[in-house]
Amino acid sequence: MKKIVIDEEYCMGCRLCEIYCVTFHSKSKDIIKTFRSEKDRPISAIVFEERGYTTFALQCRHCKDAPCTDACLTSAMYKDKSNVVLYNKDKCVGCWMCIMVCPFGIIKPDLKNKKVASKCDLCIGREIPACVENCPNEAISIKEL
Amino acid sequence: MAKAKIRSEFKIRRDLEKCIQCQACVRMCTNDVHYLDTESNTIMSFNNRCVGCHFCEDICPTNAITIERDTPEIKLNYHWESKSVYNIIKQSETGGVLLSGMGSDKQYKEYFDHIVLNASQVTNPSIDPLREPMELKTFIGRKPDKFIINEEIPPQLILETPIMFSAMSYGSISLNAQKSLARAATKYGTYWNTGEGGLHNDLKPYVNNAIVQVASGRFGVDIEYLKSAAAIEIKIGQGAKPGIGGHLPGEKVDEEVSKTRRIPSGTDALSPAPHHDIYSIEDLKQLIYALKEVTRYKKPVGVKIAAVNNVAPIASGIVRAGADFVVIDGIRGGTGAAPTVIRDNVGIPIELAIAVVDQRLREEGIRQHASLIAAGGFRSSSDIIKAIALGADAVYIGTAALISLGCHLCQKCYTGKCNWGIATQDPCLTKRLNPFVGEKRAYNLLRAWSLEIKEMLGGMGINAIESLRGNREQLRGIGLSEIELKLLGIKHAGESW
Repeated sequence: MKKIVIDEEYCMGCRLCEIYCVTFHSKSKDIIKTFRSEKDRPISAIVFEERGYTTFALQCRHCKDAPCTDACLTSAMYKDKSNVVLYNKDKCVGCWMCIMVCPFGIIKPDLKNKKVASKCDLCIGREIPACVENCPNEAISIKEL
Repeated sequence: MAKAKIRSEFKIRRDLEKCIQCQACVRMCTNDVHYLDTESNTIMSFNNRCVGCHFCEDICPTNAITIERDTPEIKLNYHWESKSVYNIIKQSETGGVLLSGMGSDKQYKEYFDHIVLNASQVTNPSIDPLREPMELKTFIGRKPDKFIINEEIPPQLILETPIMFSAMSYGSISLNAQKSLARAATKYGTYWNTGEGGLHNDLKPYVNNAIVQVASGRFGVDIEYLKSAAAIEIKIGQGAKPGIGGHLPGEKVDEEVSKTRRIPSGTDALSPAPHHDIYSIEDLKQLIYALKEVTRYKKPVGVKIAAVNNVAPIASGIVRAGADFVVIDGIRGGTGAAPTVIRDNVGIPIELAIAVVDQRLREEGIRQHASLIAAGGFRSSSDIIKAIALGADAVYIGTAALISLGCHLCQKCYTGKCNWGIATQDPCLTKRLNPFVGEKRAYNLLRAWSLEIKEMLGGMGINAIESLRGNREQLRGIGLSEIELKLLGIKHAGESW
């Protein structure tokens, strides 16, 4: 399957990946509208790591043996046919066990609605995910692994 | 302490309707121009810190930022322009020499813009490079006086296009910038130049396409360095600062630079103004032949000089001293750091230098003994083709290559704070230049310019760049005086056979 590969050596820490992730998952899909007027703006599915001069953007690794899908009581976290780990908000009961077991800590909790707030879906409907396409330094790429 | 009288040079216009406060500009600017004012929750800027590198403009996802020039205007005065006045103000505050990066930006006559090219009409057919073969292959090195079958010819560099990347040392530019250029040159089949900073281990795979430099500081020079490269270049001077040496500040000499240059880390790397073993053409001859001996006469050895008043006789001496190629760097040639006054005022334009050197070598019957490489401010493929028609064999591009990697000519290379990750050794900044991206961009530039050169050659009805070299009949001058036309060896537009 296709996976997002991080090249932290060339991540410059601009965090534009987060901006484009939020924009793509918003209602309007327009960057200015999303950030200036949209209510309930989605949260980015990227965890940005930074220490010293090392920075990188971490997305769901879509693990082969995804612990989040095992831990989920209601199958809200599930794998689709192409092995992409997806999230169904309607089924989620907010136990946050997925957050507990994720080895990368990339699932973010929605404290207000007691659900899962964001989870990378490899941008359904796009050939190249928004973060990859808009990285100014090609520090993230999507590759068939 | 009195308030500083230095004014800002740029003004940052932020379209607040477009700004989404993502703070990419705040995070990215190494000069700390942008900041988030938490009270008003708006992003603000310190205009006086902006150097005009345009990085924020480029990174802003909504194009909300525009950098505008904001030259402090003084009362209209044709002699005392704002720049001179503010330079004096700056110097009276600091008491120091004004430094600058890149090449001279003074308004000298651009001879390339006063030369036009020929094209075939009726009497001879033009050639379509898309349908017919077009040869850009160039050979750099000494050519035999007579062609004798089966006789071995002196060592040659074989270029797929007459464009090479000029000397930019590791230290003055980042390793990622050098990697980008080295890979692009290797992929295209042309050459890159290590500069005087030695050869980093990571660049050894590209050494077959490297010209190594032996400069006055002799940094990183050893037997392996000399033997591994494709050619050796002795640097006497460079266009941006003829007659003066180099100074890489100790802050830029980190562990890797220290290993490559073979000097203790944190110490200043000083290149003396002259080579302390070269005080005459005879001394230069000794060094040329010492280097030829070391490499068993298997590699071309060349000499780089800045274009100065007596460039033609100097070049003649260099050729007679045994150089296989002569590099001439004009007044627009760039640098990582030079006193502004030297950069702007010393040297002569490359167009005139190429023409007079080529003419002199031909008159003396020694043109075939060395190839002539021109350097210094080539802005487009047309500048290159004009240089070749004036008599150069190939050209070096430095500034243009850096622009392909992102450079916006802010001329602050000497601060080590290059936002584009080019002229810096700060690991936070060097990683901004991904060599895989840089390689593609530099390669694209070589490709695009080569295609354009082929188109222009085809128009002239010439199918090999070899046939254009020194073919000044293909050039005509516009708005040039008699002496200028004479020096360039070209006719004025309108003149025919």
